[in-house]
This record gives sequence, structure tokens and C-alpha cells, in this order.
Amino acid sequence: MRNLREARNRIRAFLRKEPHDAELQAEIAAHLEMAVDENLRRGFSPHEARRQALIRFGHVDTAKFKQREARGLMQLDIFLQDLRYTLRSLGRDRGFTLVAVLILALGIGANVAVFSVVNTLLLRPLPFPNSQQLVWIAPPPTKCGISCATYSSDGYDTFRAGTHSFQDVTGYFAFDTINNLSLTMGAGAPIQATSIEVIANFFQLLGVQPAMGRAFNLDDARDGAAPVVLLSDAWWRSRFNADPNIVGKAYDMNGHLTTIIGVLPPSFDFGAFFSPGTKIDALTPLNLNATRNEGNIVTFIGRLKPGVTLAQAQQDAAIVAPRLCNNAKVPESCGNYQAVPVPLKSYISGKLRRSLVVLWSAVGGILLIACVNLSNLLLARAAARSKEFAMRSALGATRSRIVRQLLIESLLLSGAGAIGGLILAAALLGWLGHQGSIALPMLNVLHIDAVALGWTVLIAVFAAIFFGLVPGLRMASGNLQETLKDSGPGSGMGRKHERLRATLVVTEVALACVLLVGAGLLLRSFLKVLDVDLGFEPQHAATVMVDYSYHAKSREDALQQQTHIFQRVIARVSAIPGIQAAGIADFLPLSQNRSWGLPFPKGVKPPAGMSGPLVYVITPGYMRAMGTSIRGRDFQWDDGPTSTNVVLINKSYERFLNQFANWPDGSAVGHILADDGGQDVLVAGVVEDVHEEGTEGDTGWQIYYPVSQQFPNAAQLVIRTALPPASMATSVLTTLRELNPKQPMAEFRSIQTLVDHANSPRRFFMVLVASFAALGLALAALGIYGVISYSVTQRTQEIGLRMALGASMAQVQRSVLARTLRLAVIGIVLGGIASLAVSRAISSLLFHTAPGDPIALLVPVFLIGTVALLAGYLPARRAASVNPTIALRNN
Amino acid sequence: MGDSKLDLLQGTLDLMVLQTLAAMGKQHGYGIARRIEQVSGDEILLNQGTIYASLVRLQQREWIDAEWGTSDNNRRAKYYSITPSGRRQLARDAAYWQRLTSVMGRMLAMPAEESVR
Repeated sequence: MRNLREARNRIRAFLRKEPHDAELQAEIAAHLEMAVDENLRRGFSPHEARRQALIRFGHVDTAKFKQREARGLMQLDIFLQDLRYTLRSLGRDRGFTLVAVLILALGIGANVAVFSVVNTLLLRPLPFPNSQQLVWIAPPPTKCGISCATYSSDGYDTFRAGTHSFQDVTGYFAFDTINNLSLTMGAGAPIQATSIEVIANFFQLLGVQPAMGRAFNLDDARDGAAPVVLLSDAWWRSRFNADPNIVGKAYDMNGHLTTIIGVLPPSFDFGAFFSPGTKIDALTPLNLNATRNEGNIVTFIGRLKPGVTLAQAQQDAAIVAPRLCNNAKVPESCGNYQAVPVPLKSYISGKLRRSLVVLWSAVGGILLIACVNLSNLLLARAAARSKEFAMRSALGATRSRIVRQLLIESLLLSGAGAIGGLILAAALLGWLGHQGSIALPMLNVLHIDAVALGWTVLIAVFAAIFFGLVPGLRMASGNLQETLKDSGPGSGMGRKHERLRATLVVTEVALACVLLVGAGLLLRSFLKVLDVDLGFEPQHAATVMVDYSYHAKSREDALQQQTHIFQRVIARVSAIPGIQAAGIADFLPLSQNRSWGLPFPKGVKPPAGMSGPLVYVITPGYMRAMGTSIRGRDFQWDDGPTSTNVVLINKSYERFLNQFANWPDGSAVGHILADDGGQDVLVAGVVEDVHEEGTEGDTGWQIYYPVSQQFPNAAQLVIRTALPPASMATSVLTTLRELNPKQPMAEFRSIQTLVDHANSPRRFFMVLVASFAALGLALAALGIYGVISYSVTQRTQEIGLRMALGASMAQVQRSVLARTLRLAVIGIVLGGIASLAVSRAISSLLFHTAPGDPIALLVPVFLIGTVALLAGYLPARRAASVNPTIALRNN
Repeated sequence: MGDSKLDLLQGTLDLMVLQTLAAMGKQHGYGIARRIEQVSGDEILLNQGTIYASLVRLQQREWIDAEWGTSDNNRRAKYYSITPSGRRQLARDAAYWQRLTSVMGRMLAMPAEESVR
């Protein structure tokens, strides 16, 4: 109570300094006058009366100081005084201030941004309640992709009932294609969107509450249930104008009146977790009965019971998995399953761990370089100010006051740098959050959280203070006398500083060298990835989803009808001027895939436990549209439902089958395979291996069926054109709409975007590391320039003397350049050695690039050498233009 | 100087000022300083100037009030007076000092004694 009142009064007094000081002044004056009056009355002479009064009063300024101390906030006063002084001196040195703040802002900004990414993807738990209990359940990784990571409806039921370690198991339908939902609102053209079918308990298991309405329940997934849908927050905002009364409204989706039962919270974006880089607009309940005969269709996600360890769950799953059946009614389909629970988080972001660690190290390097640079700048500044400090301490400033002022200066710089860095990081993260096409998980939930912010700013500020204060302390501790005398060149302090600064520059160059080599290796890898023969030609091709429907009386009728529809579409589209080829497939490379069984040479028993090739259902012309070459023949429209069943297989699968069949000349063309169902299929042709799962890595086995003999999951029209693919969008879509008024205004995507999407994580990391390396190089150049330029200024007289004694301009220039080069070479050698170690550490991130790749090693060396020479050249030219007469006179 | 005069213990000046104001009523800084000097018989080392830190401190704690007035010989001066809460504080501090000095007196009067056993 009393302290509170006193504090309030002190603050009030602090804010009203001038009136209080004036009052004190008047009071002291009155005091002295009264004392003089009294002394005069006592009979002193006027002069003595005044003297005695002053003696009794004591030191007037001390009294004032003590009064102010008792009255207001003295420490704050001094701090503000220092702050004003610092701001003034920084304001005078605007160039220095700007460069220092910019360097720090770049260093801190890059660090905060990358730390936020690392924190979201690696350090923080997934944004679900008790997320450590969540597991992804799949077989150990194999050649075939997601198709092998899925299970059948029967398998799901067996697994869920048979295991005891899980609170529950859920999953989603893994084969929903992009733009599989066509929404009709009013009279307009249908709108395409992407929806994913999830098992009814999906949201309960994850612990996600819809922001509005309700999640799915078991009734939604029963046979004959009324269709319902949950909207993503983004879709609700963009398509439904964030209608607050949306729940309960029904729209025509894929021809069924579908009720919107809820809107998901903004924090839950299905794509961000389970299909990075893909926008998922809606979620629908999966009816497991309806898909019972479709084979492997669902992924497994489980939630462990409290207290159950991962190892226990893995044991449990290992016991139950062999009991799973593809179809419980077909005994032969049982026993082929494996299931290994792994933490959901490591499934989502585990693969990125190494890349993120590298990225993190790279920004750490940048921060280090930034700090070294700042230290260098401050050292130069401190050297220039040594006389100022000496003068101040000669005038009575204490060491602590000078150090405190330096501390304030460093804090001010790093504070401004931190603010700049945060703005930079926020901008960077905002930009990243909207990069929907980068196939990295959880980018949309990136933000600067308190931990990332606090931690990184703390480190940065500490580093800045440390690096800022050290040169300051060195300055302040210097011998006063020596500093005041030290005006000539070549004196002790100057030399010592130069050595320190040279060491800092060498460090910078070495760090920049390491960063550049790392970036070079990643860039080489990226170029190698771009060079990979994908098995198809992504340029000049584009794809669009085709809507189709028919009512069929029998399987044969259905096959005939769909063949007829596709044939008409392709005929009409092919007739558009500029279209070179057109074809339809249900799945495209580098997106989704599935497998059915293991067709095998007739009469040979297939080995047990092998997963089959990836399956595509395509039309004639698709291979030509994709630019994939065929040996043998393509499908033809008259490969009908009743004629011989035909397939195309890829070269890898042919090679594999040939081990068992031993075809003459090793070619499968014209040979018969026995399909899973025991049907015979004729290999009509063998096609190039197409990269399916990713642009890197080996290709797996692939098999293609014609639409006239099998049912596709969807119809993705692929066109090849000599013109820019985007220019064909209107004419193709118009044609499709003429054929089918229900055709939605579909997204027209170039095939290249599929490839870009697959390469996006590598591109993302490469671009980031390369920009950090460029930043490092620029900072190192700045450092070299600073040191050399400073030393030239310091030695102006020495240079003048040497020129007066007969050194030529060229000689002076050469000596400065030689000094630069020496610093650069030492840095490069040290950096080179470090790079060798670093490149070995990142070798697992490289693609077809050896850690010791000579180009990736030599180019950075050459680059740094050139930049160093450039940075040294400017001061060297200045040195050479020194006029000896002026330089010598100027002492 | 120096050894012959008493250094003021921390806080004692504040107590002296309070007591002076309580005894004399309204008074200006010079008057308070002179009064303390007179009462102490010039035994304490007091720069009159230091009184102002004490006065402002007491004011901040709202134990004394201040207002400008005119002195006997027509000089403008700031007059201080003790507030009710200042009086309460004075009573507390005075009691504390009495106790402390009596205890100190007894302690220092303690006769020297041979150690036991």
C-alpha cells in the first residue's frame, strides 16, 4: 500500500521533471538566502556570510542529485539519457546503423521463419488432442505405393475387432481422385471440388470437433443413408461465402442431394496432414459395405489406448495382421497382410527430418555469419570511437557507464534487427502458408508461435549483445593514455584490432564456403532430378477431369456404354485444331495409384506374398498423349468386352515376369498372362517405365487395362498439343460441355504441374538453402570489403609514404589485393575442409551427386574468390589513388 | 571534522525531520535543518543540502505535506507540515528507536565475564 503510493508518486515526479527541478532550484535559493540573512544578523561580512552558508549547505549539485534520486526514477533517467545519446550517435552514423540492422534482420528473420517450420513439423506434437497416441498403420515400405499401404473393408473389420492395443481404428478411402466432386449450385455450371471419404469415426478418433454442426456418425455410413458432407473451412469461405447458417442446407453433389452437416475448423486441413500440396474441400462418410468387394481401399489410422506403448501395439498388430483377408469370402485372399503401427507424426513429417535439420543448420550458419559481420562492423566503429571513449573517461565517465552505453547500443541495434527479422519472418511464413502447391505437410498451419519467437529472438539478441559487447569491452578496457596517443599508423592497438577483424572475416568466408558447397550439391541434385527420364513427356501436355455417367443393364452393357462415351470424347477433342493426341486414364503418374493382383505367366505358379503391379485403366491414345513409347501395339477401340482380354505392361514388370517365363528374346509381347481371377490376358504391348511414386527412386511394376474391358475409377483426359497447353483449355472444356452439359468447369492442369508438385519439396529446400548461401556470400563480401577498406583508411599515411618512396600505383593496388586474397584463401581452405565433412553428412539428401562432386566444390571456391577480389578491388583502387603529398601532410 | 561528529544512520534523518515538524509545526527546509543542528548540539555531521532528499522522500510517502508560503522576512519558501499518517509513522519509528536504544544500552552495559567451565 505504502510502496504502491510511493511508486505512483515517484512515477508522477519522473514525468514532471522540469517543474520539480525548478521548484527545487527555488527552494535551495531560498534556503541559501535565509542562511545568508541569518549569518549577516550574526555579524559576518556579506562575503563571509555567503561563504558560510554555502559551506553549511554542502555541495549543491550533490544535494540536487540526491533529491532527484529520492524523488523520481533515477536509473530510468540515466537509461533514457544513454538511450538519447545512443540514438543520436546511431543517427549520425546512418549507413552503419542501416547495414547492421539489415544484417541482423536477415539473420534473425531467416532463423525465426525456419525455426517455425522446424517447430511445426518436427518439434511440436501434431495439433490433435493426445496426439502421441495416434499411429499410422501400414506395411513396411515397399515398391508399390499407397495401394500396398491400404487394406480392404473386411481387413478393417478384422483388424479393428482383433487388436486390443487401440482405442479405435479409423481410415480414409485412399483412391479418391482430385476434382472428384461436382457441385451444382442453382442453374450455373457444376463446380469441381475434391472430397475424401473417411470412415465414420475419423473425427472422433483424431479428436477434431467441427467448428459448426456435427461430425459423422455410424448412421451416415450405413447402406442407403442420406448423403451428407462436411466442408473444409477454406471451401466454406470461398464457395459458400462463409454462410453462418450453412448447416442443414442441401446441394446437388455428384447428382445426389447432399446435406451439409458441418464445417471443419480452420486448424484442420485434411490435405495438410494426409496429402500435402493437395486442396481437400470436403469430407464424406465412407460406407465400408459398399466397398467390400473393391479390394484394398482404406488406410489405417489408430489411437493407442492410454499406457500402451508403440512396441506393444506393433506386437499386437503383427499377431492380427496375418488374419486379415482381402475378401473374407475368398480364403485364398487371406494371410497376405502386414501391419506396422508407426507414430502418425513420423509418417507425416518423418521423411523431412534430415532436410529440416540441414535447413536449420544453414540458417544457423547465416546467423553466425550475421553476428560475425556485426561484430566486425562494431569493432570498426569502436576503433573509430576509441578516442571518444578515452575522452569521456578522461572527463570522469566511469567504465560501467561506458559499458552500459555500449550495451544499450547493441541492444538497440539487435532490438531493431529483431523487429525487422520478425516482420521478415512473418512475411515469409505468410507466403509459405499460401504455397498450396508445395507438397510439404502442415504448411498452412505455420505461424510464429510464442516458443519459436521467444527462443529465436532470445538467441539472436544474446548473440548480438555478445558480439556487440566484446569489441566494446576491448575498447573500453584499453589504456586511456595509449589510446589518446595512438593516432599514428602501425601502433599497437590498431594492429591488434586488425588481427581480430581478419580472424572474423576468415570465419565468415569459411562459413559462406560451407553454405555454398551445400547449396551447390543440392542444386546439382535438383538438376539431376529434373533430368530424370520420367517415362513420359510432361511438356505440352495437360489434363482435365471428364464427367460421365450411364445406366447399364449388365457389365457388358456398361463396358460398351463407357467405351462409347470415351471414344466420342476423344474423337471430338482430337478434332480440335492444335491437339496432337488425346487419351483418358483413371490415374495419372505422380498422383495416385492402386494395385489389384499379380497377373503371372500362364502355367507358372506365382511366388507367395508378392504385391502386384500398379493398375491403370486407359483408353487407346493415352500413351501417345502422355508421350510414353510402346513396343507391340496400343489398345484399340475394338478390344471390346467380348474380344480377347488385353493388357499393356511396363518394362520392369516384363523383366520380372521373364525370370519365370523365359520368353524367347525376353519379350512379353504376344504372350498370355493369367489374371488374378484366373482369366487369360494377352500382353498387347510393353511400355516405358513411368515414374509413379516420385521423380526420384526406382520405378515399380505397372499394368494397363483398356476401358473397354475394365472399369476406371475416374476419367482424366490427357491432351498433347504443340501450343502452350493452357491455351487449349477453353476449346477443350467447351467441347466437353457440348458432349455433356453436366461437365463441370473443371480445372485444366498441365502435366508439368504434376512433376513440379512431385519435385516441390526438393525445390523448396534447394531454393531456401541456395538463398541462404547467397546471403552468406553477400555478407562475407561485405565483411571483406569492410576489413580491407578500413585497413586502407588506417594506412593512408603508410601508403602515401611508400608511394613517396617510389612504389607505383600498381604495386600498392597489388599489395592490397594480395592481402584480400590471403584472407579469402585461408577462409576458403578452412571452409573447404569443413565442406567435405558437411557434404558427407548431407549425402543422403543428394540425388545422383557424390558428396565430393568436383563441380559443386570448385564453383563455390571460384565464386568466393571472385567476390572476395571484387570486394577487395574497390579499396585497392582507393589505395592506389592516394596522393602521397596530401596523405603525408595530413598527420 | 569527521571523527568528532556523528554520521547519520540510514533513515535517522527522516525520523528527525518528522519529529522536528511534529514539534515545531509548519516549517521550511532551512528552519528544519537549523533546528536539527541546534537540538543535536552540532554533534551530527549534516550537510544542510541533504535535508531536501529526506523531505522529498517523506513527501512521496505522504507523511508530510508542502506548500509555498512567505517567511518572516518576506522570502518565499516552501513550508512543510506533518500529516496524520506522518504522525502515526513517527509514533511507530519513535517506539522502535526507543526499544532499539534501550536494548543497545543493555547490551553495551553487559559486564565482561569469564567463559563457563
